[in-house]
Amino acid sequence: MRVFDWIVQLMGIVMAVAAAPVFLGWVNQCRAWLQNKSAPNILQPYRSILKLFHKDAVIAQSASRLFRLAPYVVFGAMVTAAAVIPSIATRLPITRAADAIALVGLLATARVFLSLAAMDIGTAFGTMGARREMMIGFLAEPALLVVIFVVSLTCATTALPIIVERLSAQSFALNPSLAFTAVAFTMVLLAENARIPVDNPATHLELTMIHEALLLEYSARHLALMDWAAALKLFNYACIGFAMFIPWGIATSDAPMGLILSVVLLGVKLAGAGAALALVETLSAKLRVFRAPEFLATAFLFAVLGLLVRLLLGA
Amino acid sequence: MLCLLLLTAWCMAGLAGLARPLSIAFVGRTLFPLGAVFGAALALVAAISLTHPTEQLVLPIGLPDLPVHLRLDGLSGVFLILLGATATGISIFAAGYFRQGEGTAPGLICLQYHLFLASMGFVLLADDAYAFMLAWETMALSSYFLVTTQHRIPEIRKAGFLYLVMAHLGAIAILLSFGILQGGSWHFTFDAMRAAHLGPNGATIAFCLALIGFGAKAGLVPLHVWLPEAHPAAPSPVSALMSGIMLETALYGMIRVSFDLLGLPLWWWGLLPLLLGLFSALYGVVFAAAQTDMKRLLAYSSIENIGVMFTGLGLAIVFAGVGMHAAAALTLIAVMYHAINHAFMKSLLFLGTGAVLHATGERNLGHLGGLIHRMPWVAWLTLIGVLAIAGLPPLNGFVSEWLLLQSFLFAYKVPHPFINMLLPLGAALLALAAALAGYVMVKFFGVIFLGQPRESALQQARDAGFAERFGLAWLAIGCMLLGFFPTTVIALFSIVTQQLGLGGLPTSNAPWWLLLPIPERESSYAPLVFFAVIAIVVVLAILNVRFFYHQRIRKGAAWDCGFGGLNSRMQDTAEGFGQPIRHLFQPLFAMVRELPGPFDRRPRYRLEIGDRIWQALYQPLGPLVRRVADKVAWLQQGRIATYLLYSFVTLLVLLALML
Repeated sequence: MRVFDWIVQLMGIVMAVAAAPVFLGWVNQCRAWLQNKSAPNILQPYRSILKLFHKDAVIAQSASRLFRLAPYVVFGAMVTAAAVIPSIATRLPITRAADAIALVGLLATARVFLSLAAMDIGTAFGTMGARREMMIGFLAEPALLVVIFVVSLTCATTALPIIVERLSAQSFALNPSLAFTAVAFTMVLLAENARIPVDNPATHLELTMIHEALLLEYSARHLALMDWAAALKLFNYACIGFAMFIPWGIATSDAPMGLILSVVLLGVKLAGAGAALALVETLSAKLRVFRAPEFLATAFLFAVLGLLVRLLLGA
Repeated sequence: MLCLLLLTAWCMAGLAGLARPLSIAFVGRTLFPLGAVFGAALALVAAISLTHPTEQLVLPIGLPDLPVHLRLDGLSGVFLILLGATATGISIFAAGYFRQGEGTAPGLICLQYHLFLASMGFVLLADDAYAFMLAWETMALSSYFLVTTQHRIPEIRKAGFLYLVMAHLGAIAILLSFGILQGGSWHFTFDAMRAAHLGPNGATIAFCLALIGFGAKAGLVPLHVWLPEAHPAAPSPVSALMSGIMLETALYGMIRVSFDLLGLPLWWWGLLPLLLGLFSALYGVVFAAAQTDMKRLLAYSSIENIGVMFTGLGLAIVFAGVGMHAAAALTLIAVMYHAINHAFMKSLLFLGTGAVLHATGERNLGHLGGLIHRMPWVAWLTLIGVLAIAGLPPLNGFVSEWLLLQSFLFAYKVPHPFINMLLPLGAALLALAAALAGYVMVKFFGVIFLGQPRESALQQARDAGFAERFGLAWLAIGCMLLGFFPTTVIALFSIVTQQLGLGGLPTSNAPWWLLLPIPERESSYAPLVFFAVIAIVVVLAILNVRFFYHQRIRKGAAWDCGFGGLNSRMQDTAEGFGQPIRHLFQPLFAMVRELPGPFDRRPRYRLEIGDRIWQALYQPLGPLVRRVADKVAWLQQGRIATYLLYSFVTLLVLLALML
């Protein structure tokens, strides 16, 4: 059923690209509710993306081609990541093209292009944002890799689809090493997606922003692509987390019923994860920029602890 | 032995430079391109030889009864490919690079350059200790003269001297190592060393001496001090040769000694290169992040990459020592892959800095910026090298990193308690070094090529000439091919591991585009698919924007918060970009800082970053040597009668010993 596999694969990609802004909208909605504000529509991210596509692009005079190319590359990398992550089914054609380590590399590619584009204009904000983004990145990346090592030691592979299959074949049990790494992964997710406590997605305060500083010079369609890519990144991270820590329900065969069930379950998981994310963001305060390394070092140590527990206890 | 012929041809091309030593046109237009052709031919011949059995040759030259033994096996072949293919790109670039007024006359540079290349080739072919040391010393000397090309500058003479001293200390260690390896047979061919039976103590000492000797040449911390001085001092093509190829010959030597001459190594030896390598990797990359000179930054990045290779080598030794041959083969393949990647990436970057240096006359990152507008060719080709060395897929740097991390995942199977738990932590540190490399490379590219020019003189910068572009493009294409076709490259490397007795990788029925090193783990990576998907999405997104929306673009000033007066001095400097790293890794640096007070009329900011290892290990050596020399000077009375007495006593002692 190769053709069927490709159809499922394409549908998965389209679904991820389409669902990502909705997921972001859901997180924003939950956060507004928790903070006693009247919530924006769940489709609000879509509306702003659409609005941005219709606007005229304004580009700084000192911009080079790299600046205009970067949004497409970042978006492309995020879509590729969505294709690689087994979010609804495991036996798909493109998922074999990259294992979890390559996935981390892909996310790093997007980050490097984003930072380079921010440096391209040559303003204080852009370079400051690039420097901070790379700082967060170089601390988060090893932590994420150690998380992946722990999971791959448990499953004897680094291929995400196989991890999903092997983990979901086990019955549910609280695995101490996976518990540690799940905490570490959540912290990396917060940092990498510019959420509180590391960065505030709702701020444009010059001295504290990281992600928004990178995008400051972007407008119109380029900004739309960058925003869409950021939403997709959050969606991808959530799906990576599902694949490693709550893989139950992801379809491991071609049965259509399984696929439908898996899509429904993915929606439920996303709803839960979005609400939890909003809760974390509401309960914590933003850290100073130089506390962020400590936050990520904690994540790294949690992951290493998970690794040691895994090697000591074998569980 | 076509390789031998080509190496001799390199020597000839060098000698031909002496015919018209002052003619840039002759040397640049004829000899360097000729050298490039020889390089390409060498790579081709070496690649073909990999599929043939090992060749041996005895040349009756040199001292009587001590002929030169040469041998071309898989390991030599792989490194000869590296040498030939990289040298081709560098030589093409050099054809356009060397100009009048570089210090040494062009003809002489041509001789030293080609002698350097040929001696590296002979190091790889040598099959006895004499030939090896002869080639090794020729390599050190010719590169010393190349480093001191601009010998009128005192700092460069000083850097050259430091390099020479370290090179010779290393050479002594290698010589002593060979002395132990012959194992009492007093035959110094490598065949005799393979056959010699050393006890575990002798073998350990030989291994440690080799590690010191080759580590000094490779720039392993703490023997790295010469590297950040000598590599920036040399002209850029020479820096590229030294960083890209010469460091790898040291790795070759280490592989040769530990896996071939010593037979199968003891497992715990591996921990030494592993720890030193990990430390070097982190140390190098942290220092690279703090540099403000673009070539010094690259030199420190070389220390990092050498560290990564030695980490892998150490891991391979551990695996081989405990009998996990398949894992050892995978690790060794990752190491060789990283070596060839580093040769291409680092040469590309050094040549890129060379082009910038020629266009602007500036090496200090604080005076560069915005060159992507003036030098688009150099900028975009360098960007490929930058992405590759930052370890980003689908380029080549990522493949070797991926393989190395995969092999680290076997480490928990090592049958020694504690070690099997600590080894996977090495992977975490390696991941940290790789992520930091990304930081360093964003700084390198961003500060040089992006942003606004920090000096008005940069507006006059011209893009590189045709030969230079061609050389850069050669290396950039090499980076891409090595990244896109990993299975082909790995098939070549597994010939080497088979010859070294580790066996190749397990066969799998994976298609050619899918890298699947260990079939039962099912960890796979397909760079071409990767690249294709990204490319398709990018094209679709661009077409989508074109057909459904509009393409209107307005140019405007950058956002200045409404205050106005935005200028290029407000960008992050190289110091500023390195600041988070300096802050986080403060204990590693010996920093001297002068900060201006709030009421200074002439505020001055000064920051000097020193190397603690240099201060702690090397600086006390100078006074020590002087004190010892003062004591020894007592022997030098300056009277001929005393010296005759010395000779007489020596003769008496020798006679007594003989009888």
